[in-house]
Order: sequence, then structure tokens, then C-alpha cells
Amino acid sequence: MSIATTTAREVTQSLATGRSKEHGPAALIFLGLLWFSMFFGVVVLLVLIIDTIIEGSSRFDGALLTEYGSRVSPETTGFRAGILGSAWLMVFTALFAVPLGIAAALYLEEFANRDRWWNRLIELNLQNLAAVPSIVYGLLAVAVMALLGFDNSGTVLGGAIALALLILPVIIITTREAVRAVPREIRDGSLALGATVWQTTWRQTLPSAIPGIATGTILGLSRAIGEAAPLVVVGLAGSVRFDPEGLLSSITALPMQIFSLTSQSQEDFQTAASAAIVVLLVMILGLNGLAIFIRNKFQRTW
Amino acid sequence: MTSTSFRRGIVPGVAVLAFALTACGGADAGAEEGSGSNGVSGQVAVDGSSTVFPMSDAAGELLNEENPDIQVSVSESGTGGGFEAFCAGDTDISNASRPIDEEEVAACEAEGIEYTELQVATDALTVVVHPDLAVDCLTVDQLVQLWAPDSKVANWSELDPSFPDQDIALFGPGTDSGTYDYMASEVIDPDAEEPATRQDYEASEDDNVLVQGVAGTEGATGYFGYTYYEENQEQLKALQIDGGEGCVEPSAETAQAGEYTPLARPLFVYVKNTAYNDNAAVKEYVDFYIENLSQIAEVGQFIPLSEDLYAETQSAAEGLAS
Repeated sequence: MSIATTTAREVTQSLATGRSKEHGPAALIFLGLLWFSMFFGVVVLLVLIIDTIIEGSSRFDGALLTEYGSRVSPETTGFRAGILGSAWLMVFTALFAVPLGIAAALYLEEFANRDRWWNRLIELNLQNLAAVPSIVYGLLAVAVMALLGFDNSGTVLGGAIALALLILPVIIITTREAVRAVPREIRDGSLALGATVWQTTWRQTLPSAIPGIATGTILGLSRAIGEAAPLVVVGLAGSVRFDPEGLLSSITALPMQIFSLTSQSQEDFQTAASAAIVVLLVMILGLNGLAIFIRNKFQRTW
Repeated sequence: MTSTSFRRGIVPGVAVLAFALTACGGADAGAEEGSGSNGVSGQVAVDGSSTVFPMSDAAGELLNEENPDIQVSVSESGTGGGFEAFCAGDTDISNASRPIDEEEVAACEAEGIEYTELQVATDALTVVVHPDLAVDCLTVDQLVQLWAPDSKVANWSELDPSFPDQDIALFGPGTDSGTYDYMASEVIDPDAEEPATRQDYEASEDDNVLVQGVAGTEGATGYFGYTYYEENQEQLKALQIDGGEGCVEPSAETAQAGEYTPLARPLFVYVKNTAYNDNAAVKEYVDFYIENLSQIAEVGQFIPLSEDLYAETQSAAEGLAS
């Protein structure tokens, strides 16, 4: 992104100030096309968001957040079960995915011998995994749950396994980037003072890479929180009216509840679903905002 | 510079807001842990048809008003997906918008799952058209002619010369849906080995998409459950169906009276016998469901059973206890 933006900025600036060597009509047409493409994407997104906000505007009330879903009174139906379910899912997804992801990334970056074919195979697979459709991770989670001997996979555990598998490649890749960005000199200095590779990694490399790791992890989580497809496959409920109590508690998630309500015939449910979409958007924007905050606050330059 | 500091200011603000909203949800947890329940608690796992979902969900909600300790989770993986989980022993109750089929019976037998079929409501499969179309009634033969697997009908006038010369646009549920199964196996060809409809139509699992499609396309027709027509009456026109005894409009009365054939279809729940007898929560849920069936059907926006059918369901439910 950064290269594209900077280049684009340079090009526009030079065109605007007239210092460019490329004044030809072809260049201008191309630039126009680029602007059009950008505006098209942004405008469609804005229309979609504004339309959703307008549709849901009559339901921005407390009941939306604190009440369970209701069929008896659709006008006060709420998303408490989904919001709590999503919160639980996020906590356990992070617990599963973060340690595993960071450990895998550290191994690949600091310890693995890149000349070995199996390490190269793992790397190749990691790159591919990041592009696998999310629904496949749902199937994988169902298989994992069956292997672990659980009949019902529509629980906190099943959902968290699916989402953890989903964001694992993202976490590994961003952690490796962050670890790679730590200058060679820091490692060399530490090793020269007599520290082992393990001590160097644990006390120097990893702490220096934490802002990058945190950013990647949060971005991964903000992707996971909006996913419905893998959760549908895992068999999360469309409707529950109790709070999660543990790992094996049946739950629903906010995107699942939205998905379920949008296909109902009553207008009230669709309005509520629109309002819930805005809640979900705020949650995702909040997580992304947190990621940007951490990056800006702790960013170091060497 | 100012833009950066502005961004730095607003970002944590948004983040805090998001978490505050999330936290709100948990604030009054346990508030409605009321007394007054009869001491039964436990879990009920329901899966299956998304058509029946509103009813089983409503039953759970109404039951929770009396007894908040029974935890009902209702999923909607479709009639087929529901039976798959049910016959594997994963769920207690399976919603179905068609009767269980032979393969599923065999799967249940293989796992030793015994079950009881309870009809809980009636649905009138409604054939709708764009409101401007000058067609009011179709015979069943015409409906079959239109939707048969090898059908090439592309214009209303091909069905009947008196119909307008207007291209047909078809909308219908996807092949995973029990509604599709019902149309294929009960209306089009009851004897077919692999029941199917024609495939060159706009398919969606979301009936609201079908409503929008038919309402927005001239000459369009489609079919779905009665409640989606009921909610969108001003945008759609429902066709009357002539099953041999004159044109009958889809309505609660005609469906209950058995006049709206063959498109009035039964909706079922299948209850695992052992779950009913061994799990007090399942027993409580099923008993409540059957006892308050007409109220639940109303909340779920379905057509309640006629008195005869209700009596049948009641006696079937009594047979559950062993």
C-alpha cells in the first residue's frame, strides 16, 4: 500500500505543479482512470454504509445491546447473545492463535534452516493458507473437534478453533515481518556479549518486535470477528438466549445473528440486523483503531 | 501534523467506545435468573430447516419466559443438514420442512436413533408473480409444465394462449432447501427417482432476495413460504392454484381446510425419543411446544394446525413417553 500511495502522490504532485516529464494525454487518461477506480470503490462502500446506518437508525438503543433475540416482540429484539458470543470467541481465538502463531514465526525466522526442503515447504504452504477461503477453516475445525471427541462443535471451543486456524497464517506472516525488521546488529551485539541464540531471541528480538506483532494480531482478530461462513459450517446456533458459561457452551456470534435475521420475513428483524451491522462495524473499526494506535505509539526506528 | 494528532486522538476514542459497547452487553448478566421455574434446567439442541426455525426459536423464547433455566439453542443448517446431525446423535430435535427421506431413515437406524415425527404447523407454498402481470390462476398442470426439469417455457403465452405475451423470469429457492425438495417431489413429479425442477432460474437461499427479484422484474414468478408473501403483499401478487377443483387462493383458511392442494405443506419437528425420556429439559421444551402450538405458530408467523391435525400431533407427542 505504502509504495503505491507514495508513488501516486508523487505523480499527482508533479502533474499538478507541472514539473513532470509525463504530460502526454495517455498519462492523464491513465491518472483519470486511477482516480475513477478509487472513487468507485469508496463511493460504493460509503453508499452501502450510509444506507445501512439509515435503515438501522431507528434501532440504535440500549435494547439492541442488552436484550436477547425476541420473536414475540421483534421491535425490541437484541443481540446480547451474539455480542457476548463474539467477545468470548475473540478471547479464546487469541489465546489459541497468538502463542502458536508467534512461536511458529520465531522458529521459521530465527531457528529454521532455510536450505531444508521441509522448511521451504512450510513457508510455501503458509503463503497459500492465507488465501484459502474462510469456509474451509470451518470444515477443518469440525474435523479437529471430531478428532478431539466432541459431538457438538457449535460451541465456544469449536468456533474459536475455526477462527484461530483462520487467522494463524496472518499472525505468522506479520510476526515474521516484524521479527525480520529488527536490525541484525541487535542480534549480533547480544550474541557478541555471550548470550545464546535463545536468550537473544527471547530478550532482544522478541521485545523489539512486539509492536509489529500486536498490530498483526489485532488486525487478524478484527478479520475473525466479522466472519460468519466458518461459524455456519461449525454449526454455531442462530439463536440462543443464555450467556456463554464455558468452553463447551453453545453460543451464537454477532455475524451469525445478523445472517440469520436478514433472511427473516419481518421488516423489524431486518432493521435490527442493519443496526447490528453498525455495531459490528464499530467493533471492527475499534480493533483496527487500536492496531493503528499501538503501531504509532510504539513504533521504533533504528 | 494536525491530521496526525487528530488521528491519534480519535483512534483510542473509537476503540474505547467499541469496548464499552461490548461491555454493556455483559453488564446485567444474570439479571433474569428468576425463580418461579419448576426446577427443570438443562440444554436442548435444535437444528434443521430454516423455514421451521422461527417456530422452534419462538417456542424457546416463550418457554424461557416461564423457565429461564432451560437453555435452548436453535441452529438452521437446513432440513438435510439437520437430519445429518440428528441421525449422528448430535442434536435432540430436528426441524424439517419435509418428511424424513429413506436415506435419512437408514442413517438414523444405523446409529440406533429412534424418533417421533410431530407436525407443528402448515405452510402454504405460495406462487407469486410481479403485480402488473395479468395472470391470476395457474392449474397444477401449468405449474408443472413451467417448472419441470426439461421445461423450455420462456413466455407466459406458451402456458396458455390467453396469458400475456411476456417473457418469464423465474426465481426460486436453492437445491439445498426443503422448499425446493417439496416443489420437486410433491408437486412436479412424485414418482421421480431424483426429484428436481428446471435449473435455469435465479436461485437464492434467502427468500427476501426472491421477494425483491419477483417484485422488481416484469413477468417474474417465484415460489416460497406463505409468510414472505404475507409480509410483502403490496409488492407481490399471489397466484391462485387450481388443483382440479377450481382456483384456490393461498391463505390460512384454505391451507387449514386442506383446499389449497397440493401446495399446502406440513412442517415438522423430529424428536429423539431417548432425549425426551432422559433429558428433563427436552421433555419440558417439547411438552411446552405442543401445548402452546397455536400461539407459537402465530409468533413464528405460520398457519396453525386444524383441530384434527392438532389432535393427531398431541397423541403422537403422548406416545413419546415410554
